[in-house]
Amino acid sequence: MLIDWFTVVAQALNFLILVWLLKRLLYKPILNALDAREKRIAAELADADARKAEARQERDAFKRKNEDFDRQRTALLTSAMNQATAERQQLIDNARKESDALRAQWQEALRSEHQNLSEELIRRTREEVFAIAQKTLADLATTNLEEQMAEAFIGRLHKLDRVEREELESEFKAASTPAIVRSAFRLSATQRAAIENAVRDVLAIHARIQFETAPDLVSGIELTANGRKIAWSIRQYLTSLQQHVDDLLDVRPKAATKAAEHPEHHANE
Amino acid sequence: MHLSPDDVIIWQYGVIKLNATIVFTWGLMLMLAIGSTVITRNLSTGLTRSRWQNLLEFLVTAIEKQIEEVGLSQPRKHLSFLGTIFLFIAMASLCTIIPGYEPPTGSLSTTVALALCVFIAVPLFGIEEQGIREYFKSYLKPTVIMLPFNIISEISRTLALAIRLFGNMMSGAMIVGILLTITPFIFPIVMSLLGLLTGMVQAYIFSILATVYIAAATQTRQREIHPDSGIQD
Repeated sequence: MLIDWFTVVAQALNFLILVWLLKRLLYKPILNALDAREKRIAAELADADARKAEARQERDAFKRKNEDFDRQRTALLTSAMNQATAERQQLIDNARKESDALRAQWQEALRSEHQNLSEELIRRTREEVFAIAQKTLADLATTNLEEQMAEAFIGRLHKLDRVEREELESEFKAASTPAIVRSAFRLSATQRAAIENAVRDVLAIHARIQFETAPDLVSGIELTANGRKIAWSIRQYLTSLQQHVDDLLDVRPKAATKAAEHPEHHANE
Repeated sequence: MHLSPDDVIIWQYGVIKLNATIVFTWGLMLMLAIGSTVITRNLSTGLTRSRWQNLLEFLVTAIEKQIEEVGLSQPRKHLSFLGTIFLFIAMASLCTIIPGYEPPTGSLSTTVALALCVFIAVPLFGIEEQGIREYFKSYLKPTVIMLPFNIISEISRTLALAIRLFGNMMSGAMIVGILLTITPFIFPIVMSLLGLLTGMVQAYIFSILATVYIAAATQTRQREIHPDSGIQD
């Protein structure tokens, strides 16, 4: 007999016991461990997702901040550049103005100095020229020259036009004091007589004439009657020349006014 | 020479006897229990785990997946029963490499006991799922005339389960025994390897058929079953 029924029952019992044992010792712990691992992995994945989302948010926030920072930096840089440009322009303008002012001042000073120097030069030159001329003519002045001058003076009297003669004549008549004839050198009696004759011939009056010596005339003769004067002298030429030079060089009007204080009739050369 | 390990009587007191089948079964039970206890003592729930834990996890999840593929939507509910059938038969075959060992599944008593367990478990699971009335109604389908045929079918398939397993295991052991007497050592070794293979195949066939029977018994309620599952204490 292949089937032993006691063994069958025993094996069935053994099998049921084995089912219980394995269920308790094998399946349950293994399945619990599997579930725990699955749960853990799911939790870790969820955590990783959360972290990823957080990281993405942080990255976005950082990116945004970075962009804001870039924008601000660009704006600040632009503003600073504009300010610097404006400041530079202002500084350049100020410097240019100061430079212009300084240059103008310097040019004014230079011009003034140049003018002063020029004026000084001209004044000194003029003084020197006139001093030389005066010295030369004074050195050359001799009695013969005085004779020539007396003749020239007489000639001038003769060349007076009618209006001048009448004016001079009325002056002689109105004069309470005698007319004065000044000369650089003492006139000889002949010359005095010739002058008196010439006055008498030209004016047709017998006038009293007083002769004086005036060395500042340099060389020349002048006739003064009641404030009216007729003269021929080198000094007069020199004075006239100096006045012309002063007018030409636009020097101080002092010389002009000084000359105007002594109105004289210049004899023609 | 004996056909079954039942014939090897170690101790006997009247009807009660301790034969090699029971002793080797106890040995297998002890091995499985101790192995499970040792390996599951320090289970890791982290990403790193021991090789033995990995092996057991692979076995358990593979069995669970196989049950689910057959058609049971709550594999964990039937895992203990079906998984134990597979592990017991597989271990019984695997241990044939130990000299002096005789597989308890080579005894018709053992295979009949296992087939009877399946025979009883199928209606139990069916009644649990459908209710006793609905379950027994399935025997009357499609007509009442089919009732005797259905009953015969239940009995014959149970018998077939027992005989198929017994035949395969017994024949394997017998062939090795016969070959040992007439051929050099190399042939028994090859036949032992073949026996290991057929043992594994038989373990798979037995457990799969049991699964199919249970699935057939609980099929009518499959669509109403909730997906949550778990081991029942």
